[in-house]
Amino acid sequence: MAAEGALTTSGYIIHHLTNLTFGKLPEGFVRYDGSVVGEGGTWTIAHGNEASTMGFWALNLDTMLFSVGLGLFFIWLFHKAAVKATSGVPGSLQNFVETIIEFVDENVKSSFHSRNELVAPLALTIFVWVWLMNLMDLVPIDWVPYLATQLGVPYLKIVPTTDVNATMGMALSVFALIIYYSLAVKGPKEFIAELTLQPLGKYMVPANLFLEGVNLLAKPVSLGLRLFGNMYAGEMIFILIALLPFWIQWVLSVPWAIFHILIITLQAFIFMVLTIVYMSMAHESH
Amino acid sequence: MNINATIIGQAIAFAFFVWFCMKYVWPPVTNALKERQKKIAEGLDAADRASRDLELAKEKATQALREGKEQAAAIIEQANKRANQIVDEAKEQAITEGSRLKEAAQAEIEQEKNRAKEALRAEVAALAIAGAEKILDKEVDSKASAELVAKLAAEL
Repeated sequence: MAAEGALTTSGYIIHHLTNLTFGKLPEGFVRYDGSVVGEGGTWTIAHGNEASTMGFWALNLDTMLFSVGLGLFFIWLFHKAAVKATSGVPGSLQNFVETIIEFVDENVKSSFHSRNELVAPLALTIFVWVWLMNLMDLVPIDWVPYLATQLGVPYLKIVPTTDVNATMGMALSVFALIIYYSLAVKGPKEFIAELTLQPLGKYMVPANLFLEGVNLLAKPVSLGLRLFGNMYAGEMIFILIALLPFWIQWVLSVPWAIFHILIITLQAFIFMVLTIVYMSMAHESH
Repeated sequence: MNINATIIGQAIAFAFFVWFCMKYVWPPVTNALKERQKKIAEGLDAADRASRDLELAKEKATQALREGKEQAAAIIEQANKRANQIVDEAKEQAITEGSRLKEAAQAEIEQEKNRAKEALRAEVAALAIAGAEKILDKEVDSKASAELVAKLAAEL
């Protein structure tokens, strides 16, 4: 634990919920330790709630580090299996990878009926990557942050999916693909027609646009916030359990962790399935 | 919890991972899967064919066996028949030969009997002449008496 209010309950919780943010503090800003930022501002790591002052152009280093690291682990592992993939008797790694790929492929085939080389790998990436990021939730909550604090890193959130930036970054990417394929497959005319001419008929264009617009915009928001909300809440419960005396924590943390094995898989699966469904809707006229 | 540039970084990382997965992970694995599926299908086909072939071969074998047995039975029967025939022929031959031998023997016996009779007759005639000579104690015209004796002998 670090920084101000270190030993109080709320301080502990806030510390666990703060990202390691790197950004620019404006000139004249009074920092957490009372020092004042000099002329021209300064690029630094945020302490306390300084991150909110840094505005949009700041980076959550911990989220980026863990998400990219886990993503690299994912493609390294799967690429290793793919390079040695044989149609003969598969090894255990290939078997494992094939099981996941067939699972994803089955889901894609059941709900996506157009031809698109991107959708299945997209679904696979989402499923495995999100699952790995969620999995970080099962690492005992104090281990890594404590270690980081000993090494002089003030904050460290190791579950990227409890950072709304991570989940919304993915959700908005999917949204961009929805828009792109809607335009590319259906053509702008039909896409606009779908947005304006239904469900109330062609004389109610503004109402239609409002309804369909909400419908469209709700897709990335629900996609990103559902994952974020679930993981954030799960993390929160772990933090609260960690506030109990150490000898009783296991009574709650063990069942919650076991339950979380289901949650992290389910959330990764939901994110994947919804992406497939959205992509399918972008390809098919309805 | 602030929205910041992390959202962009995350999107970039996401795009990279998806691209990499699409290019280097998905195709080789799914190709291997497809190929294996094909191999398995072919293997099952081959197994089906083989079992059909086996069935056929079994059928052929039993048929050949049956034919062989039939042939063997026919041959044995023929052989038996031939043997019986040979035995019969031999019997017949033996019987004819036997009767022929018997006839020949009988003829010889007859001949011998006649010859003996003849000899006996001559001897009896001579004996009778000698007896008569002795009785008459005189030389009888042997020529006339010989005729007489022959007549006698024939009547004997």
